Amino acid sequence: MNDLSFLHRLPAEKPLNLSRRGLFAAAAGTLVLGIAVPASRPRAQASAQGKVQPGTRIPAFLEIRPDSTVLLRSPFVEGGQGIYTALSQIIGEELDLEPARFVVETAPPGADYLMIDGLRFTGGSFSVRSSYEAMRKLGASARHMLLEAAAAEWRVARNTLTTRPGLVVHEASGRTLPYGQLASAASKLKAPETVALRDKGQFRYIGKPVQRLDVRDKSTGQAKYAIDTQIEGMLFAAVQHSPRLGGEPATLKNEAAIRAMPGVHSVHRLPGAVAVAANNWWRASKAVEALEVEWKEPPAGTAGAMPANFSSESHLAHLVSRPGNGMEAEIHGNPAEAFPRAAKIVEATYTAPHLAHGQLEPPSATARFNADGSLELWAPNQAPEFFQQAAAKVAGLAPEKVIIHSPILGGFFGRHFLYASANPFPQAILLAKATGRTVKLVWSREEEFLRDAVRPMAVARFRAGIGADGMPIALEAVAINEGAVGRWFGRQPNKVDSSAVEGLAEKPYAVPHRRVGHILVDDPAVIGFWRSVGHSMNDFFFETFFDEMAQAGGQDPYELRLRLLAGSPRHRSLLEAVAALSGGWKRGPFAAADGSMRARGVAMASPFGSEVATIAEVSIAGGEITVHDVWVAIDPGSIVNPAIIEAQVQSAVALGVSSALLEEVVYVNGMPQARNYDGYPILPPTRMPKVHVRIIESGAKMGGIGEPGLPGVPPAIANAVAALNGQRLRNLPFAKAKLDPVRG
Amino acid sequence: MELTVNGKKHQLDVEADMPLLWAIRDVLGLTGTKYGCGVAQCGACTVLVDGVATRSCVTPVEAVAGQAITTIEAIEADAVGRKVVDAWVNVQVAQCGYCQSGQVMAATALLKQIPKPSDAQIAEAMTNLCRCGTYNAIAAAVRQAAQA
Ligand code: FES
Ligand code: FES
Repeated sequence: MNDLSFLHRLPAEKPLNLSRRGLFAAAAGTLVLGIAVPASRPRAQASAQGKVQPGTRIPAFLEIRPDSTVLLRSPFVEGGQGIYTALSQIIGEELDLEPARFVVETAPPGADYLMIDGLRFTGGSFSVRSSYEAMRKLGASARHMLLEAAAAEWRVARNTLTTRPGLVVHEASGRTLPYGQLASAASKLKAPETVALRDKGQFRYIGKPVQRLDVRDKSTGQAKYAIDTQIEGMLFAAVQHSPRLGGEPATLKNEAAIRAMPGVHSVHRLPGAVAVAANNWWRASKAVEALEVEWKEPPAGTAGAMPANFSSESHLAHLVSRPGNGMEAEIHGNPAEAFPRAAKIVEATYTAPHLAHGQLEPPSATARFNADGSLELWAPNQAPEFFQQAAAKVAGLAPEKVIIHSPILGGFFGRHFLYASANPFPQAILLAKATGRTVKLVWSREEEFLRDAVRPMAVARFRAGIGADGMPIALEAVAINEGAVGRWFGRQPNKVDSSAVEGLAEKPYAVPHRRVGHILVDDPAVIGFWRSVGHSMNDFFFETFFDEMAQAGGQDPYELRLRLLAGSPRHRSLLEAVAALSGGWKRGPFAAADGSMRARGVAMASPFGSEVATIAEVSIAGGEITVHDVWVAIDPGSIVNPAIIEAQVQSAVALGVSSALLEEVVYVNGMPQARNYDGYPILPPTRMPKVHVRIIESGAKMGGIGEPGLPGVPPAIANAVAALNGQRLRNLPFAKAKLDPVRG
Repeated sequence: MELTVNGKKHQLDVEADMPLLWAIRDVLGLTGTKYGCGVAQCGACTVLVDGVATRSCVTPVEAVAGQAITTIEAIEADAVGRKVVDAWVNVQVAQCGYCQSGQVMAATALLKQIPKPSDAQIAEAMTNLCRCGTYNAIAAAVRQAAQA
């Protein structure tokens, strides 16, 4: 996700994929309900509030308190990626204040926070790279104002003053004043037009492994997530959704009995679901699960409804059988002319299943209508303005009447964007309205698996022409899928959705004639963004097929990569770095110290503005792949916190291994089969490899961190398996493959 | 129903089969213990019952009446728990943090039982899921706490 042009084509006021819903008529005892529709552009709201230049107004971001700690309102939500700490380092560097003295919360909706091309979301690994310069200037400007305030106080020239962390200092007289005592005077001054930034060579916080601000709270149960929201007098609610998306509750056979259950407050019909409100969540959940609901099927062909005969198996077969080479996403040279000159043709088809996010915090939302007519909402979200607009529509209020709280997230990985039918907040609003009470709605893990917005199912078809010298001369890749950007931000005629082909397109290898095409096939599931988006499957497809090309040309896959990167020093040195980190490139098979036969595979990826090279070492035993070690060299251009980067790479590797080996959402009859972690296993601690990270600061434009560590992992594993037993794993997850014996 | 949580006795007017997790979270209002799956798969809800790591989402309150229940909120009052938390901070284990209450409880229970666990014993005891993949840091922190 580097192409941001999609942000500029948010269809104003137009519901997407939702035509089946709209407003429901009120029947006796039912609610009048709307459902979330994707927001119109929050940008419009910004201009309505006047010309605010995002990221510039100090009071919107910083509140220096009397004790010289700073409240920072972050444009980005914290979900484990360390953004609160990183922003404190960046601002603290220029403000001259230790990062540990920052208290951070996610900012409410507002024009000041639209940092990503005039919009705001936490995703695309954009947070630091989109705000780095602005946050530095913000910190430097605040420091400048504190200096001015001190100069006025002491009646000395500003340039005779300096700062130490949290203090303005007049060296000549030895006087000092803490920031906290100057804040009020400083806040009345005008922010400087321009301000000098600290020299990179003098950084004390940026680029250093500063401790995270939130670790102690998260280790002692003090951190508060959306699911922990407690409001005096609130009701707890649970829902049961239609097992197939699109069904509506018809009759509730045992409604009276359910109402009489202990602690039950009320029973409700919602669009596509039923709900129970009670005095604790367990009672609500037990009651709603006991509700015997007859679901009314939507008329066949209803937009957005899941077809009753939809299955993963049939959809995958449908994708694989689509003919042609699709709409052109990228072309170099003239593949059509080059293919006939090839000495050898290699062809292969690769597949990837739908995936669930599986973040450990189940989604929730707490809604409260206040006496002044405003609505207050606590909801996990990666985009406050989008949620505000959608919530306003559901509540029938003006957006400025909706107060959005964005608590820290118990994992997200793309889960908490605005996805119609996948967010609990519209239901919470409707329940708060119906009961006249504050309502905390929590989705059970089972309901979460039922309504998650899944990674799109995807297929890629490859054809390569290998020259007589063993070098690839022509390469064609066809992606067959639907991209999440197109789904939620609108499609453009005659333009390929970048999220559908990223990881196939813009690869650095100098194959002279190559083409990437896209065949768009609607995905019947509700699809969403999943950590590293298109890269998460496309780099697997491409980099694994790369090794097939290498083999066809009789080349070592590492050496072939080096040769095809001869013209790209940044990639070449990154590849050499990961090889060095792993003790030198060694494909295997070889016998490890424990006697097991092992092999290694390599892969590269260019996700989210960063460059990554990955090596994985595997063995096979008992029909299972063990991933022993993963080495990652990552070049994000320049960095803020190496410790957080290493942690993010560990995390991305875990998700990469998990998706490669284990994960798959399987639909039968339009319903996902797994409803909890027992049916949808995620990586357990016993299968976590050792992870070795090397960070390279090439000085290139700053790239992302949260997602880039992932895409190289599945192909590195697949390539290692091929080195070990000669078997090409072309279908994710590998748990489905019957593994060939290891070559001796 | 009488429950002893973090050394304090509470009278609860709840069904005997109510899972301890929900009694802790919704009735006592202690939200540090987390709900992740409700079916003993993830371990986010781990508490100590008489010092033993227990998945509270599948433990009915009647089964633990009269026993000493410790939740994450009181972990630093325990000498072993304090060491575990310090190691967790030192190693900077947490990412999203949602699983970490349960991880800290599981580690505390392990070190109470086996003060110097081998790597195999750590692997056997530390089975809670972490979607953020902090597993290597968790193992490192347990080893460090065992040395402290
Ligand atoms: S919530 Fe108890 S094990 Fe998952
Ligand atoms: S730190 Fe996020 S689930 Fe473990």
